[in-house]
Amino acid sequence: MTRATLVKDLRMEWRSKDAVNSMLFFALLVVVIFSFAFNPNAEESRQIAGGLIWVAFLFAAVVALNQTWARELRNQVLDAYRVSPAPANALFLAKALGNFLFVTILETLMGPLFIVFYNLRSVGPAWQLVVVALLGTWALVVNGTFFAALSIRTRSREIMLPLILFPISIPALLAMVDSTTSILTGEASPDFWIKMLLVYDVVFTAVCLLLFESVLNAE
Amino acid sequence: MKLLFRIFLALTAVALAFAAYQGLVVAPTEQTMGNVQRIFYYHVPSAWTAFLLFFANFLASIVYLLKRNVAADAVAAATAEVGVVFCTVVLVTGPIWARPVWGIWWTWDARLTTTLVLWLIYVSYLVLRRYSTGSQTSLLAAALAIFGFVDVPIVYMTIRWFRTQHPSPVIGGGENSGLDPSMWPPLLWNWLAFSMLAIILVVARYRLQMMEQEVEDRHAQAALQGSEQ
Repeated sequence: MTRATLVKDLRMEWRSKDAVNSMLFFALLVVVIFSFAFNPNAEESRQIAGGLIWVAFLFAAVVALNQTWARELRNQVLDAYRVSPAPANALFLAKALGNFLFVTILETLMGPLFIVFYNLRSVGPAWQLVVVALLGTWALVVNGTFFAALSIRTRSREIMLPLILFPISIPALLAMVDSTTSILTGEASPDFWIKMLLVYDVVFTAVCLLLFESVLNAE
Repeated sequence: MKLLFRIFLALTAVALAFAAYQGLVVAPTEQTMGNVQRIFYYHVPSAWTAFLLFFANFLASIVYLLKRNVAADAVAAATAEVGVVFCTVVLVTGPIWARPVWGIWWTWDARLTTTLVLWLIYVSYLVLRRYSTGSQTSLLAAALAIFGFVDVPIVYMTIRWFRTQHPSPVIGGGENSGLDPSMWPPLLWNWLAFSMLAIILVVARYRLQMMEQEVEDRHAQAALQGSEQ
């Protein structure tokens, strides 16, 4: 079930490229606008890049997350999922993994662009950035997928998602930004923040899996 | 029930007046901060009351998720709303106190930031309640309440690490911290009065919520019967 849904979502995305294209262009715009707004030199950009990168990815991820469940509303697909005997969590994991892949692709494409535009050169060990990116992306995406399922039931659903996702994501965002900054500047150890992200991921994945079935079946 | 509510209302009014007298007149003037420290008797009890209400909201949400009980949902809605009110009082009195004492309105220290994030989470909870339609509101809100409650300790830990220079707590802090014994009675009186006020508000809000539910049910019933004829 997980694999079937995941493969279906990936194939749909491969053929339409809706989510990745809109996210990419959105993130690109954010990068350009921030660059104009702050106009940093190399030293400054190392200090602020962590914040810029993650804010851009956070906003861009919302674009993809909003589409997660919206495409299942057409032709009552979501209702079909509800009556099917397959476990609800399998569906959730498929959606979360799909979003995780989309955002990771976005980050792989946008990362080099950030380096070019902001003249970044990491002082600390750069491979740790990959660990931070993976953990941070999962932190955003797992809650985002869950909250997208909440906000799809509300009026003005597109606006609802960031309103409920951002407050809950503040600690994760802080951990991502600070670990990225400490790696880029090489001034402090990011170990605490990486552990923090890991705790956040584990805790919220557990909460999502615990509650998703009741949210899917909410009437 | 109605009589009981009125008696409790009168008691609360008396307690609030007495607590205000305790805080403004009986309590000793603080040595270094002067009279401005008296805002403490509003700030701290409001904070305690708000945290208690949010905890009650978490418990009510769990009960709702397990039992799908309408009353539990009404309690969750009432406690979240009143909690946000008290939390707002904390966030407003805080800067008023901080400006003359610390010289700044705001600092991103662990407790201030955690309270602010807590406030943001529960405002988003209220927004979700407002924008979702029909009977699924309760379930969606209960799920979000669980997320919010789990988030708060994580927020506290991250901010504590982020800003290590935060002032140590006065109550239950280190050895040299602690409240003058004469300040305890006014504080506790105010807390009692504020808790009573919170209970009044929650009960009133709870009954309003239940009535709204009943009106909705009757409308639905009437619509069903109308369509049958």
